[in-house]
Amino acid sequence: MVGNHAVAYAVKQAKPQILAVFPITPQTTMLEKLAEYIDSGQLKAELIKVESEHSAMASIYGAAVAGARVFTATSSQGLLYMTEMFYWAGGQRVPIVAAIATRAIAEPWSIWDDHQDFVSKRDAIWIMTMAENVQDAYDLTIQAFRISEDKRVLLPVMIGFDGFILTHTMERLEVLDDETVDMFLPKRDYNLIDFNDPVNVGPIVTPDNYIKYRYEAKKAMDRAKEVIEEIAKEYEKISGRKQYGLIECYMCEDAEYVFLAMGAWVGDAREAVKRLRSKGNKVGLVKIRTFRPFPKERLVKELRSVRGVIVFDRAYSFGSGGVLANDVKSALYNSGIDVMSVIAGIGGKTVRPLHFEKVMEEVLEGKRFEERWLYE
Amino acid sequence: MSEIPEYIKNKRVIREQHFYRGNAACPGCPIPKELDLLLEVMGKKTVLVVPASCTTVIMGDERGSPSPVPVVHSPFAGAAAIASGLWRQLRMRGDTDAQVVVWAGDGATGDIGFSALSGAAERNENILYVCYDNEAFMNTGIQRSALTPYGAWTTTTPAGKREFKKPLPFIMMEHKIPYVATASIAYSFDYQEKVKKAKGIQGFRYIHLLSPCPPGWRFDSKYTIEVAKLAVETGVWPLFEVINGEFRLTSVSKTLLEKRKPVIEYLKLQGRFAKLSEEDIKIIQEAVDEMWEYIKQLVKK
Repeated sequence: MVGNHAVAYAVKQAKPQILAVFPITPQTTMLEKLAEYIDSGQLKAELIKVESEHSAMASIYGAAVAGARVFTATSSQGLLYMTEMFYWAGGQRVPIVAAIATRAIAEPWSIWDDHQDFVSKRDAIWIMTMAENVQDAYDLTIQAFRISEDKRVLLPVMIGFDGFILTHTMERLEVLDDETVDMFLPKRDYNLIDFNDPVNVGPIVTPDNYIKYRYEAKKAMDRAKEVIEEIAKEYEKISGRKQYGLIECYMCEDAEYVFLAMGAWVGDAREAVKRLRSKGNKVGLVKIRTFRPFPKERLVKELRSVRGVIVFDRAYSFGSGGVLANDVKSALYNSGIDVMSVIAGIGGKTVRPLHFEKVMEEVLEGKRFEERWLYE
Repeated sequence: MSEIPEYIKNKRVIREQHFYRGNAACPGCPIPKELDLLLEVMGKKTVLVVPASCTTVIMGDERGSPSPVPVVHSPFAGAAAIASGLWRQLRMRGDTDAQVVVWAGDGATGDIGFSALSGAAERNENILYVCYDNEAFMNTGIQRSALTPYGAWTTTTPAGKREFKKPLPFIMMEHKIPYVATASIAYSFDYQEKVKKAKGIQGFRYIHLLSPCPPGWRFDSKYTIEVAKLAVETGVWPLFEVINGEFRLTSVSKTLLEKRKPVIEYLKLQGRFAKLSEEDIKIIQEAVDEMWEYIKQLVKK
């Protein structure tokens, strides 16, 4: 299946009641698939054909508040247009699942892949996960509903998966049977609309208390780290596929230098590691599967014996640095580990295993850099 | 306790409150009364969706709310869409008799939320959308909106607005939705009749309620009803309803097709029109007369 269809299939199995999606490349074929599932009766849900992404998130927010399991998907400009409602849903801590087919932000116009849209939501109080391949996108979607609705968490969850590279690429996919998904995803138990016990959902809050709500959200985000790992373990049992909740360490045990990245190009980095290892180099790879909450503690633990980390970023904080690189530097503060930042693949610029290999070889030869753009 | 005299009952002096007092509305603000009258008809199984507006404040903070029904707050542009998701889920979960009402100001309706409103109307979502129109962004401190009338002073039109009010009820009529009506707090029976009718209809229903605002319109808070009444009597605010495309005038507006009080009687009570020139008043009068010519054609249809 292609990535868009894999996510749509996972959504069908999760049985949401209300969906609202607005078309945007490269997400659109997922919307079409979902419409097909609903039309043919394979998914008993309502798809609200909204007039904008802002309304897509607003309408599923309304449905979620009244107890529905909900889903939406978007990309790039659509995600930006949704921004206000994204924060709204995160602030209210309503369980919602959204899939983001990552894509560069205009202008200049680009329909191609990078992570600038995805990382723009990092402070919206959403759990953010990122898939490496189509299988990952499917597995993460099923787990996202469970994480989002977990009583210890109650936060919306987004799944990022690279536009075109995953959304439109056919890969072999193992799916769970419907009964297994039903058992894994218990009936949703979250509702704020009770006519016998009416509440004011999202009113003005006095300065004395606002910070308390935010502190509660922070604690939920912290708790989510454990919950994500726990749910990944359980999913591993039912699927028979190795799952990595927060991060995956590939050949890290004796590694002196590691790549760190998230998204589809983790596959390229993996290939580069294999090639470099075959030449006798002690290198490894850390894949960030959960970007928020950021797996700080795990990173510190797993990287304690490496000499350097090369962070590959597909998104940039202008005037500051690579978005992932900044997080990694902050996590490894005072550890003495060299963190080098590579900015590449912006706006769909091709990156191959060779690119990873070349950068690593230079580092192994003793070259050091703070930040480097692969723009040629 | 002695029996309540029949004449008091008839005057509806003693009645249950459907929206509680002691809320944060300004003196003379019609919104609490408008909500009270609305909820009396709509009943307890109603959800209010409230976008950023005066009502956001009136609904209270985390310590309590004057609303006896669930309220879902919305950012400025989200109300019609939030309501779309809400009613569908309420139906999905079996609450088929529940009502979803958007209670939105004119800015959230005719400006920033217009796309969502138009979208929800086009999809014929099963919601009642009430625009309480106080003719400017009042909650932020009297800034002009698309629904501020010609000539009115606001903090962003210090010399008076030069553009005309966006004719929202007519625009909604052109969406061919099952029910469109205008209403006024000065004609509460007419207003409640319309809410009652809307309640009984499936699909997208729209009621546009002119809501005089003492601080924003610059009149003494004791004149709220007087101002609302004159808006209708001068023809500035015609009361009508459109059921499945059929237009009809209601209440006193039925008698105003040929003869109305001059608009100056409405304008002169309000400080926001204090600086109007003779020419401006003429322009406003002509615009009102022109609108009534249009209404005449709608009535004939």
